[in-house]
Amino acid sequence: MTSLPQPSDVKLGLVIDLDICVGCQACATSCKEWNTGGYSAPLSDHDPYGADPSGAWLNRIHAYEVTTDTASKTVHFPRSCLHCEKPDCVTVCPTGASYKRAEDGIVLVNPDTCIGCKLCSWACPYGAREYDHDDGVMKKCTLCVDRIYNETIPEEDRVPACVKACPTGARAFGDLGDPDSAVSRNVAARDGFNLLDEFGYEPVNKYLPPRFNSVTPDQVLPAPSEPVPASNGSAIENLFAWVDRALSAKG
Amino acid sequence: MSQSEPKVALNDPVGDEMKQTTCYMCACRCGINVHLRDGKVRYIEGNRDHPVNKGVLCGKGSAGIMQHYSPARLTAPMKRVGPRGSGQFEKISWDEALEIAGGWLGEVRKRDPKKLAFFTGRDQSQSLTGLWAMQFGTPNFAAHGGFCSVNMAAGGLYTFGGAFWEFGDPDWDRTKYFILFGVAEDHASNPIKIGIGKLKNRGAKVVSVNPVRTGYNAVADEWVGIRPGTDGLFVGALIHELFRTRQIDLDYLIRYTNAPWLVIDDPGAADDGLFARDGDGNPYVWDTTTDRLGNGASVAPSPALSGTRTLPDGRKARPVFELMAERYLGTEYAPETVAAQTGVPAEQVRRLAAEIAHVAFKEEIVLDQPWTDWAGRRHEKMIGRPVSMHAMRGISAHSNGFQTCRMIHILQILLGTIDCPGGFRYKPPYPKQTPPNLLPHGALQDIKPEMPLGGPHLGFPHGPHHLLLDGDGNPSRLDKGFSWDAPMSAHGLMHMVINNAAKKDPYGIDVLFMYMANMAWNSSMNVGGTLDALTATDESGEYVIPKIIYSDAYYSETVPFADLILPDTTYLERYDCISLLDRPISEPDMVADSIRHPVVQPDRDVRGFQEVLIDLGARLKFPAFCNADGSPKFPGGYADYIVNHQRKPGIGPLAGWRGPDGDQVGVGAPNPEQLDRYIENGAFFGHHIAPEHAYFKHANRGYLDWAIERGIRLSPDPTVFQLYCEPVQRFRLAAQGHGDRCPPERARDRILRAFDPLPMWYPPFEGTMIDETAFPLHAITQRPMHMYHSWGSQNAWLRQITAENRLYIHRDLGESAGVADDDWVWLSSHLGRVKCQVRLMDGVNRDTVWTWNAIGKRRGAWGLDDDAPESNRGFLLNHLISELLPKGGGGYRYSNSDPITGQAAWFDLRVAIAKADGAGATEPFFEPLGTGGQAPSPTRLAYGTDFRRPAR
Amino acid sequence: MHPAYSVILFTTASGAGYGLLFWIGLAEAFGAMPGGRWIGFAMLTVALALITVGLLASTLHLGHPERALGAFSQWRSSWLSREAVAAVVTYIPAGLLWLVWLAGVDSGATPALGVAAAAGAGVTVYCTGMIYAALRTIRQWHRPVVPVIYLALASGTGALLLGLMMALAGFAVVWTLFAALVSLTAAGLLKLSYWQQNDGDPGRYTAEMATGLGHLGTVRPLDPPHSMPNFVMREMGFSVARKHALTLRRTVLICLFGGPLGLIVLSMFTPYDAGFMAIAVLAAGIGVITERWLFFAEAEHVSMLYYGAARA
Ligand SMILES: Nc1nc2c(c(=O)[nH]1)N[C@H]1C(S)=C(S)[C@@H](COP(=O)(O)OP(=O)(O)OC[C@H]3O[C@@H](n4cnc5c(=O)[nH]c(N)nc54)[C@H](O)[C@@H]3O)O[C@H]1N2
Ligand SMILES: Nc1nc2c(c(=O)[nH]1)N[C@H]1C(S)=C(S)[C@@H](COP(=O)(O)OP(=O)(O)OC[C@H]3O[C@@H](n4cnc5c(=O)[nH]c(N)nc54)[C@H](O)[C@@H]3O)O[C@H]1N2
Ligand code: SF4
Ligand code: SF4
Ligand code: SF4
Ligand code: SF4
Ligand code: SF4
Ligand SMILES: [Mo]
Repeated sequence: MTSLPQPSDVKLGLVIDLDICVGCQACATSCKEWNTGGYSAPLSDHDPYGADPSGAWLNRIHAYEVTTDTASKTVHFPRSCLHCEKPDCVTVCPTGASYKRAEDGIVLVNPDTCIGCKLCSWACPYGAREYDHDDGVMKKCTLCVDRIYNETIPEEDRVPACVKACPTGARAFGDLGDPDSAVSRNVAARDGFNLLDEFGYEPVNKYLPPRFNSVTPDQVLPAPSEPVPASNGSAIENLFAWVDRALSAKG
Repeated sequence: MSQSEPKVALNDPVGDEMKQTTCYMCACRCGINVHLRDGKVRYIEGNRDHPVNKGVLCGKGSAGIMQHYSPARLTAPMKRVGPRGSGQFEKISWDEALEIAGGWLGEVRKRDPKKLAFFTGRDQSQSLTGLWAMQFGTPNFAAHGGFCSVNMAAGGLYTFGGAFWEFGDPDWDRTKYFILFGVAEDHASNPIKIGIGKLKNRGAKVVSVNPVRTGYNAVADEWVGIRPGTDGLFVGALIHELFRTRQIDLDYLIRYTNAPWLVIDDPGAADDGLFARDGDGNPYVWDTTTDRLGNGASVAPSPALSGTRTLPDGRKARPVFELMAERYLGTEYAPETVAAQTGVPAEQVRRLAAEIAHVAFKEEIVLDQPWTDWAGRRHEKMIGRPVSMHAMRGISAHSNGFQTCRMIHILQILLGTIDCPGGFRYKPPYPKQTPPNLLPHGALQDIKPEMPLGGPHLGFPHGPHHLLLDGDGNPSRLDKGFSWDAPMSAHGLMHMVINNAAKKDPYGIDVLFMYMANMAWNSSMNVGGTLDALTATDESGEYVIPKIIYSDAYYSETVPFADLILPDTTYLERYDCISLLDRPISEPDMVADSIRHPVVQPDRDVRGFQEVLIDLGARLKFPAFCNADGSPKFPGGYADYIVNHQRKPGIGPLAGWRGPDGDQVGVGAPNPEQLDRYIENGAFFGHHIAPEHAYFKHANRGYLDWAIERGIRLSPDPTVFQLYCEPVQRFRLAAQGHGDRCPPERARDRILRAFDPLPMWYPPFEGTMIDETAFPLHAITQRPMHMYHSWGSQNAWLRQITAENRLYIHRDLGESAGVADDDWVWLSSHLGRVKCQVRLMDGVNRDTVWTWNAIGKRRGAWGLDDDAPESNRGFLLNHLISELLPKGGGGYRYSNSDPITGQAAWFDLRVAIAKADGAGATEPFFEPLGTGGQAPSPTRLAYGTDFRRPAR
Repeated sequence: MHPAYSVILFTTASGAGYGLLFWIGLAEAFGAMPGGRWIGFAMLTVALALITVGLLASTLHLGHPERALGAFSQWRSSWLSREAVAAVVTYIPAGLLWLVWLAGVDSGATPALGVAAAAGAGVTVYCTGMIYAALRTIRQWHRPVVPVIYLALASGTGALLLGLMMALAGFAVVWTLFAALVSLTAAGLLKLSYWQQNDGDPGRYTAEMATGLGHLGTVRPLDPPHSMPNFVMREMGFSVARKHALTLRRTVLICLFGGPLGLIVLSMFTPYDAGFMAIAVLAAGIGVITERWLFFAEAEHVSMLYYGAARA
């Protein structure tokens, strides 16, 4: 089990648009909510009303500032398991509890066989695995495997909880193995990229880059579109002269 | 592949039951599907069919489970047994609670109704609470709008009969250029996010004007990191550029605005600056086709926009447009002039103005949609100028917010972008008339024991004659609303109630009755002072505010300061009504309203506050809540009221499924099955507007007629945009000594300065009254998207995201103040100082510091441990914000508010920063509150364990 | 990386135990074991006890120790599984040897059992080392020298123990001391080179690569996802101040290498003094625990790039 399966044709994953994400945390809390009662139930919390509240979350939102000498940008940055193609988090697992599904590439932990050794979390460069101290097993993004195929859910809602909740539409779910899927096409069009590509785990999830702001979009011309006719009156006189002309032209 | 994969249960049903209702983790009011398993909430998701959220949910809404099961929930009515603030309570029965409340209230109503102050906070049932207060007969009622965003509501309503937020939306599907002023989250939480997502996906340009670059402002294509309180200058400069480059929609101005109306130019006269009117009260314009005075209220073919004209009485008058052009073309609004104060380079202003004008005029949208205007003229097309704007508290929470808000609307109007394709769109029942024709009630002369008030408390004065003053010209209302301190305070001034009551200024009260507002903490200015006011005693040792009744659902900081607690249900346990009579959930294309209904049963001895109000109304024998024989009119409680109450014949709280057969919309007899219909439809009602009525609603004949038919509009006349606001001028004339109602001497300068009928900028008050060199910085707050004021911190999931707050400062400021990330600093204002930790950032205006709002908590509240980060490192700016301005000339201390509307000026705050030694905890430190007998909170949570699938 | 005490105890105790087992096995194989079977039996008991205590300790940090059997299944890919298998397999020859000595049956099989046990011990420790060395996420660990250091330290600490016990039993077995000298010297040199390698390696990965935002500028965190540290931050984000680390490295050099080496030499020249050896073992114990603590504490995990680390 722990060995990786042959790469599947279907590669289900998420595409996250950093140009749109406003950091609202909807995906994080809806993920928590779905999964605490779903495949990974429960996602425990420690000291929930005390000094050091923490718990198991499968999706977390960072905020970064990216700066050059002349420009700077704030980027909200959701991070969850990327369902890598070649992840050691699967191969290091001594029990086979950590596995990549042959059928769709989803990386899962079997909560019934995981011994909670945490080694898989050490092998993940993305910090995407979260040990549940209460439950004694490793938890991670399941790509909402219990939603996306679930025939008791209306078809249009068979998407991960985080995708359904995301109010800005910054998250999309689909088959990144199919170059014609909507997600793949968007990744191609927007220069989607892998996180830490250099590491070589070949993440399935893709990120779309933020546009660098403070530039003028193409469709807008920065110069006044109508040259102001030179004249020697005061600004107000000129304005009224224009108004008169404009109105009588119409009249 | 030696082993086979484990079998995963892919088709487990979500729950055993799904019920649809309306979220209330915030005032956005999204539709939700609540999935239940074994009677417990399993999952809450957005309702795809719902007009507000269309299936999505925000960070708060998705954490509803933890809100609903919060350990801080109150469990039973309580009466105070220790001193105020001690948190010593005794649980009592509802019978006893209602008897006590009824006794206290009945006594006041019999003797002197004004001695009740009834103020409601984050409330969505103002049509009921307002009615209740009217029936009681006290003048002292308002909701929280005075400290929230009345500047936006009033600024918009007086100008164009609508406003941002629930009164309108940008045309998200068509706009090509969007400017967002001073918004971190806003009430339209999900709609704005959906909208911004659409714009970004379409490649429309998003410009953010905000001192801070986070959230929506982070994804903007251009960030204008303006200095707080100076937007009026920035917008003025944009207008200056539009005038200078002659990029103005003149047709639009003539058709829909008072730009051609003639203003009397007769300095010193009692009607100087008012509109010149004919004998029937119609405004004059100068008709260039006839070269004579014409009627501005009729279809003037070709009115002049400039030129001094002579009136029949020989005096001079000038059109509004000319006055405007003079004002904004003046050098005070030139981009170069405003650059230093706003921090926005002149270059950038000029470019932005050019971009806006280009999109408005060169990229216009033409819809092949014929429509007919108010005067019966048929138009073959709908022409859109796809520039839109939205603004909120960054504009409104300043003492110049009313004028700034008006200026933004004027910018929209000059571009011709109000209710056109791609522009700003009204949501029904808006637009209303300008000025709105709802007037305030509650002058002291009209207050009589056991007598209902003659009309609603809150309204929109047209001049001094509509103020609520006593015989000596003093305020009638405890909050001094509709007095010379805040003449156009359309939402009251909730932030002044407690402090005024404690000072008996203008008078003392007997009972303070509050609902859903955490006034002993994050929603008060000057928290320490407010706590003193709540606990102040007189010579005999009695509390100066003798009795306090409070309804909360949770053990908030305010609960321990009340004498009688009426514990409310959670939002999943009660009926609620989101009504067109109040703050509806309509969309531009759809009139809509909605309900909440109990989807889980309370496991505690709690009751919906509205049930309690209706019960009290019947006990106190209010005419509207009793039958002729004295029996309760709504024995079925709030559900009964929602269905059967009629404001006017055929018009009730809900617009959907009216009439005996349930087929009438808006107007119709009560339908006993109405609530069932709502529940079947996902707890909301929506009625689409015909495409030919979708735009230009202010002047669209079809729409106006339709709206009257549906009972959502009173007048068939178009709404005329008031570039020039005559009511404001009336107050200014009074300050010049005209008329029989004039402000006291001390108020005259202030009114003369701020009450300008044409929007202008003046510096926010606090900065002008303190030593700016001692407090060189601006301090503001932002709402975190995942926290709703103080409610969020009891939520085990949300508080993990933010359990403490930092003071964010610019890197350069950090360097000059010698502080690094996480260092402790003292932040001080003219009122006091707060100790907090800093975080350095780039995306903030250099002269501004900010923090997340309402994260700081007082020890003892919200079911949190005493060592919770919220109360040890979390802090409030509210300790620094004074509810009163420093003493001005004459020694009188005005409320720290907008002088026109009374809107609390939270963001005028000026501060200084200094490094604090060592670490430690935040200050000021308040003693832990007693716990009110609440059960201790659990030390670990594994919610969902019950839902775990059996191991296979 | 967070230094979990159970893991430190496991790797050091079982490391020493396997080292001891290794030398006992070899001694038996080459007939270099002095004294009668009871000596061998006693020492083997100590070795097995250390191994067993260590292994038990390692299960302490498991969330579900009762499922530990499952850990034997993935030897094809998982070094942890291989280690588990090797550990258990090693018990077979070691246990048989122990039984033989206990029962006192004179069997010609003991040298073979000794070789097998020694090999098992070596393989097990190598697997332990490879658990760490295989992790690409932690550059300090992902070095070929890491399993070698594990082997050398196991060997050194095992030999020290052996030397002590011999001395206690009154035998003067020079080779044990030489074994300890050589292993510890090797371990010391390897460790120095390990530190040098790490100090000279700033890390290949940057926050810009982790976020993919490098083309926009320098990436700095503004807000972490949650106010309080989460599992990943606590587990992978543990770090030790450079100054503190240097002090601890010095402690390791003195307690684990310099001290014991000197004491061994001393004990050679005094008549194999048990006292010196006892001090050496004690010092090495402190030293190896410190070494192991530092091994974790100085290790930096790539995931911390998301939490403020500039490089990893
Ligand atoms: N510094 C600073 N201060 C500010 C602001 C700012 O921007 N900066 N913003 C101001 C603004 S705009 C506002 S609106 C105020 C908001 O301030 P508040 O209106 O005081 O908001 P909350 O703190 O949420 O308090 C609402 C109370 O309602 C209670 N409650 C929650 N749910 C229910 C329920 O179902 N039933 C009942 N009966 N009670 C319930 C909560 O427990 C809480 O005690 O804060 C103001 N304060
Ligand atoms: N998640 C969440 N949603 C909420 C609430 C909540 O507590 N949490 N509260 C609700 C309530 S009661 C309200 S009133 C709304 C308020 O919603 P918002 O209007 O978004 O209110 P704030 O978060 O106070 O944001 C004010 C913004 O104005 C900026 N600002 C401050 N001063 C200036 C200025 O002078 N000029 C400009 N241009 N910008 C300025 C601040 O940086 C900040 O971004 O949100 C509602 N929605
Ligand atoms: S992101 Fe981490 S946990 Fe997920 S597959 Fe990749 S390596 Fe494994
Ligand atoms: S924690 Fe569980 S899933 Fe991860 S490696 Fe250990 S056994 Fe496998
Ligand atoms: S796919 Fe499901 S499990 Fe993964 S982050 Fe989204 S909601 Fe969480
Ligand atoms: S829900 Fe969407 S917008 Fe909000 S943080 Fe997640 S990805 Fe970003
Ligand atoms: S915005 Fe969020 S919290 Fe507010 S009503 Fe909608 S889902 Fe609920
Ligand atoms: Mo508000």
